[in-house]
Amino acid sequence: MGKTKVMEISRGIAEAIKACRPQVISAYPITPQTHIIEHLAQMVADGELDCEFVSADSEFAAASIVHGASATGVRTYTASASQGLLLMTEVLWNMAGTRLPVVLTGANRVVSAPISIQVDHQDTLSLRDSGVMQMYVEDAQEAYDAHIQAYKLAEDPDILLPILVCVDGWSLTHTWEPIELLDQGLVDEFLPPYHPVQYLTPDNPITYGSYADDGILMEFKYMMHRAMNCAKNKVVKIVDEFNEMCGRHHGGLIQEYRTDDAKICMLAMGSIVGTIKVAIDEMRAEGIKVGLVKVRFYRPFPADELIKAVKNAQCIAVIDRDVSVGAGGALSADVKAALCNLSDRPLVLGCLAGIGGREITKSTVRSIVANAQRAIDTGRVEETDEWIGLNPEVREG
Amino acid sequence: MAIDEIAEEELFVSGHRACMGCGEAIATRLILKTTGKNVIVVTATGCLETFASRYLASPWKVPWIHPLFENAAAVASGVEAALKTKHQERVKVVVIAGDGATFDIGFGMLSGMVERRHNVLYICYDNEAYMNTGYQRSGATMYGTSTTTTPAGKFSLGKVQPKKDVPAMMAANGADYVATASVSYPWDLVKKVKKAVESKGPSYIQIHTPCPTGHGFPENKTIEIGRIAVQTGLVPLYEMEKGKLTSSEKIGRRKPVEDYLKSVGWFKHLFVTGDGAAVVKEIQRSADENVAKFNL
Repeated sequence: MGKTKVMEISRGIAEAIKACRPQVISAYPITPQTHIIEHLAQMVADGELDCEFVSADSEFAAASIVHGASATGVRTYTASASQGLLLMTEVLWNMAGTRLPVVLTGANRVVSAPISIQVDHQDTLSLRDSGVMQMYVEDAQEAYDAHIQAYKLAEDPDILLPILVCVDGWSLTHTWEPIELLDQGLVDEFLPPYHPVQYLTPDNPITYGSYADDGILMEFKYMMHRAMNCAKNKVVKIVDEFNEMCGRHHGGLIQEYRTDDAKICMLAMGSIVGTIKVAIDEMRAEGIKVGLVKVRFYRPFPADELIKAVKNAQCIAVIDRDVSVGAGGALSADVKAALCNLSDRPLVLGCLAGIGGREITKSTVRSIVANAQRAIDTGRVEETDEWIGLNPEVREG
Repeated sequence: MAIDEIAEEELFVSGHRACMGCGEAIATRLILKTTGKNVIVVTATGCLETFASRYLASPWKVPWIHPLFENAAAVASGVEAALKTKHQERVKVVVIAGDGATFDIGFGMLSGMVERRHNVLYICYDNEAYMNTGYQRSGATMYGTSTTTTPAGKFSLGKVQPKKDVPAMMAANGADYVATASVSYPWDLVKKVKKAVESKGPSYIQIHTPCPTGHGFPENKTIEIGRIAVQTGLVPLYEMEKGKLTSSEKIGRRKPVEDYLKSVGWFKHLFVTGDGAAVVKEIQRSADENVAKFNL
C-alpha cells in the first residue's frame, strides 16, 4: 500500500489531486482554500505534476477556465470557498448544464455579511439546485480518498456532472493528521486517464452551449436529474471498488453509526461527525439508544437510504450548519420531505448549530439528544428549527 | 489582396436566425473564411449566440462553445491551456463576442486573459449597444446616441459619455496585436484577422458591425452605413503592434459627421431642434481628434 505521513489536510487534498493527474488547474486565492492551491502550484513548479496551472483573475474566471479546459477534453480541478464559490455560481450552473465533469473542493466558510473566515456550510449549500454533485467529508483520510472517488464518479459517461467535495474550513483544511497516501500505480488503475465522450476539437466540430427552445429545454433538465440519480448506484459501486483496492470505506451515500436499535438518530455532515460519534459512544455506555447517520452525499440526495436508516427511530435530530433565512435548515427540510409520505414516521428536530464557526462539542450533542428525548416524551416538536447555543439575550430581545 | 485569397468554403453557413442585413453575421462569415477550420471558437451570450446556436440547427462548421455572457475570455483561456497540455498549439482559439460582453460585463476577464498572455484571438463585434436585449447603451455607445436606456427626451440629447477606448486598453494591457476593422472593408478585415491568427500571443480585433434594427437604417444599407462611419473619422481603422500604432486606413476626402449621423435613426434627435447642434459639434471634434491621433 502507500505511505502514511502526518501532514496538513490541505496538503493531503493536493496529494490526492496530484495522484489523479489533472491536466489543467485554475484557481484564485481565498481563505481557507489557499493552502490546497499553493501546494499544487509548488508541485507543478517542482515538476512533480505535469499540468497547466492557470492563476485566474477571479473565482469567476477560475471556474470559467476549467469549464473551457474540461470542454476541450482534459481532466481539471479548481477549489474555492465562501464568496469565491458564490462568485463561481453562475459558471457552476452552466458547467453542470454543459455536463462537464469538473472536480472542485469547497473549503467551507461563512458567507458575508457579517464577514468571517470561520466554518459553516452556507456557501456550498447555496449551490444545492445547480446540478453540481456535493459530498461532505468527515476527516483527513476521507478528504484524501473522496477526491479520488469524486473524479471517477463525475467522469462516468452515465453521469458527467461536476462534483464539489466539501471540506470544513480550518477544522479540516488546516489540521495536521496522519494520511495514508495511495501508490500512484493503484490510483492509475482505479482512475484511468479521462476519455471524454465528446469535446472541442477541429477533428470533429460540435456545438456546445446551444439555445434550447421550450420544446427541448425541459428534457435537458430531466436528463441532468436522471444522471444525478443514476450517480446513487455508482457511488455505492465506486466506494466498494475503492475499499477493495485499499481497505478504506467511509460510507457510500450515507454512513450509519450505531443506528440499529437507535431511538434517537442524529443526522450531520462534515467534520462534526467525528465529535458526534465520540459523544454517541459515551451516551451508549450510559444506556442511551442514540445513533448517527453521516450524510456523505447531499446531492444526489439519498432519500431512500435515509428512510431505511432511520425508519425505526422515534426522533431524528438533524444538524444544519446553515440556515435558509425565513425557512430553516436546508438538510432538515430535505429530510422532512423524504419522510413525509411514510405512514409511521419519526419526529424530526431541526437543529441550527455550528453556524459561523460556533463550536459543536460533546455537550452540544448531549443537549440536542436531550431535546430529542423531550420531543419523544411529549410526542411533539416544540420548535421546527431550534437555534442551538444562541445567546439568550438575543433570543429574548 | 485579391478576392481569390478569400476561401470559398463556408464555415458559418446559412439557416441561422440573424436579422436581415446583420453586420455581425457578415463579419463572422468573413472571420471563419480567414481562420479556416483549425480553430475552436468561443462566443459570449449576445445576438450572435442567440441567432446562431439553436439546438440541432447550428450554423457552425467549426468546434464552437457558448458559455456565459461575461466569461468568453476566461473560457478561451481554459481551452488554450487544455490544447497546450495536448500539444495542439496549432489550433487557434478565437473568441467572437459583442461589445456589451467585451467593453462592460466581461472586461475584467478579457484583461486577465491578455495579462496571462494566452494565445487567443479575441474579436469584438461592435454594434455599439446591447442589441440582443433591445438597444440599451453599452460602454461602446458613442456620445449623443439615443438608446433605450439613454433615450433622447425633453431634457436629454442621448448618451452623455464618450465611447470607451478598449483597443488602447488592450494595447496597454500587453496584447501583441490590436486592430480595428469594419465589416464594410472586408479586405482590410481579412488581412487583420490573418495577421492576428499568426500572432502567438494575445490579440484583439474590434470590428464595427452596423445593426439595421438597432441603429435604425434599411437592411440593405449595412455596408454603406459602415463605410460612411469610417469616412467621417468616427470609426478609425488602424493596427497597433506591441503597443505602437503601425498602420491606419487613410480616409482621403473626409465626410462631415452629419453624413453619418443623419443616416442612422438613433441620432435623428440631434437634428429635430437646434439643441442638437452642440452635440454634433462635439462629435465632429472627436472625429477630428481621431484623424490627428491615428493619422487617418
